[in-house]
Amino acid sequence: MKQTTIQYKLVMAGTGLFLCFFLVIHLLGNLQLLLPAAEAQEQFNWYSHLLAGNMLIKIISWVLFIAIIAHAVYALILAGKTKKANGAKYVYDKRANVSPWNSRNMGLLGTVILIFLVIHLKDFWYVSDFTTMGLDKQGYKDMYSVVVLTFHQWWYIAIYELSFIALGFHLLHGFFSAARTLGLYHPKYVKLVRYTGWLYTAFITGGFMLIPIVVYLNN
Amino acid sequence: MKIYLKIWRQDSPATPGAMKNYELDDVSADMSFLEMMDLLNESLIQKSERVVEFDHDCREGICGQCGMMINGRAHGPLTHTTTCQLHMRSFKDGDTIYIEPFRAAAFPIVRDLKVDRKAFDKIIQASGFTSASTGEAPEANGILIAHTIAEAAFDAAACIGCGACVATCKNSSAELFTSAKITQLALLPQGQVERADRVIAMVDQMDAEGFGHCTNTEACEVECPQEISVLHIARMNYEYNRASIISH
Ligand code: HEM
Ligand code: SF4
Ligand code: FES
Repeated sequence: MKQTTIQYKLVMAGTGLFLCFFLVIHLLGNLQLLLPAAEAQEQFNWYSHLLAGNMLIKIISWVLFIAIIAHAVYALILAGKTKKANGAKYVYDKRANVSPWNSRNMGLLGTVILIFLVIHLKDFWYVSDFTTMGLDKQGYKDMYSVVVLTFHQWWYIAIYELSFIALGFHLLHGFFSAARTLGLYHPKYVKLVRYTGWLYTAFITGGFMLIPIVVYLNN
Repeated sequence: MKIYLKIWRQDSPATPGAMKNYELDDVSADMSFLEMMDLLNESLIQKSERVVEFDHDCREGICGQCGMMINGRAHGPLTHTTTCQLHMRSFKDGDTIYIEPFRAAAFPIVRDLKVDRKAFDKIIQASGFTSASTGEAPEANGILIAHTIAEAAFDAAACIGCGACVATCKNSSAELFTSAKITQLALLPQGQVERADRVIAMVDQMDAEGFGHCTNTEACEVECPQEISVLHIARMNYEYNRASIISH
């Protein structure tokens, strides 16, 4: 059966919200990196070891991978439909005056996130799963040192920070938009979701932005 | 005041169009935008040129015919206003005004600023109605409706089908228009019988006409002359999901 545009959007909202949920777990775990260097090394390496050996985490990481691909593919399909629906362009176009820029540029922001994800997976997932790594005192893989080494150069930190800003603007629109797509229409709850979206975005973006800087300063 | 105009001229759906320059000297600030257009057309008639064709009917903001893109905004610089309710006092002496037709693949240009909005009618024909057997008029108080529900349904029914929501949408989505009708009928007891089938049929038709999806930028509500709320779109999504889960 042919899918309707609303069904496409439901997939975007479902995968988007799943990714939103993942970001919370990912950030909470990584907040351990904010500890002083020695403690952080011990704790974080233990935590990484715990995750690496867990079957459930393996499954979730595959679901995550599929969700990102599906989210991006559906974004691409919808962009194609939009191009067709728009037809000829306006000669003089000031429509942008009446809507927030991030809501109009979700595709651009998403592309920045996608490029970041490739870099990010190469930095950590590739290094931990496909290269031989040094061990720490406890005998665990020394992920903390990999993190420290990654955030050693200022321009590398800059790439991460800029990507988090793009993520922040994506979430600011995405969180409330997904609720609308799912059909939340009551004015009372709509407001609640808006505020929750702001808080969520501030927490996620702020949290992730803090980590590279603190790790840099601690070492 | 003196006004410089750049207007989209296109002879027929098949021929290519282009912007053409015009000048008007004696425009009064009290003129409505359409009166200014009339002034231009009079001058064109005197020069034996073909007039600029544009849609209009009531000229009092209730028929939804007068859609055009003015300086890159649907219905011009004001929010919640039809073109006929826009006045030249919104512009200054020496201004250049760009005037283009509403653009969307589902709204083909007929000529100049006139577009064919039949696609909207098709969406309504798909299921934007309630079926009732004709006969004697039923007793007025036979079906009781709470005042608040009646008002909410009226708010949704206020849509005049102007197409500004489509024209201003970055995806050329007709969801504000379609959702207003779906909400109106979903709220009323008369709409319950066909409630699930209606939303499925109207959404299918919306797609078939070639309108885009909704990104929730909310630009449509800003330009809508009737201030139709974007929450109707969320309501339509709710109705759609409900119909898909429960009855389809
Ligand atoms: C951690 C990563 C991401 C999260 C948490 C996320 C989250 C979301 C959410 C919640 C939405 C709202 C869905 C809706 O309106 O119903 C959304 C929309 C969108 N996302 Fe993402 N996203 C992520 C990554 C990406 C990537 C990698 C891309 C691109 C290639 C992308 C492209 C888009 C686009 C284009 C939309 C708007 C779709 C529309 O036109 O309505 N996103 N995202
Ligand atoms: S919803 Fe508003 S902008 Fe869209 S057609 Fe109806 S009246 Fe016009
Ligand atoms: S001419 Fe009727 S609404 Fe403008």
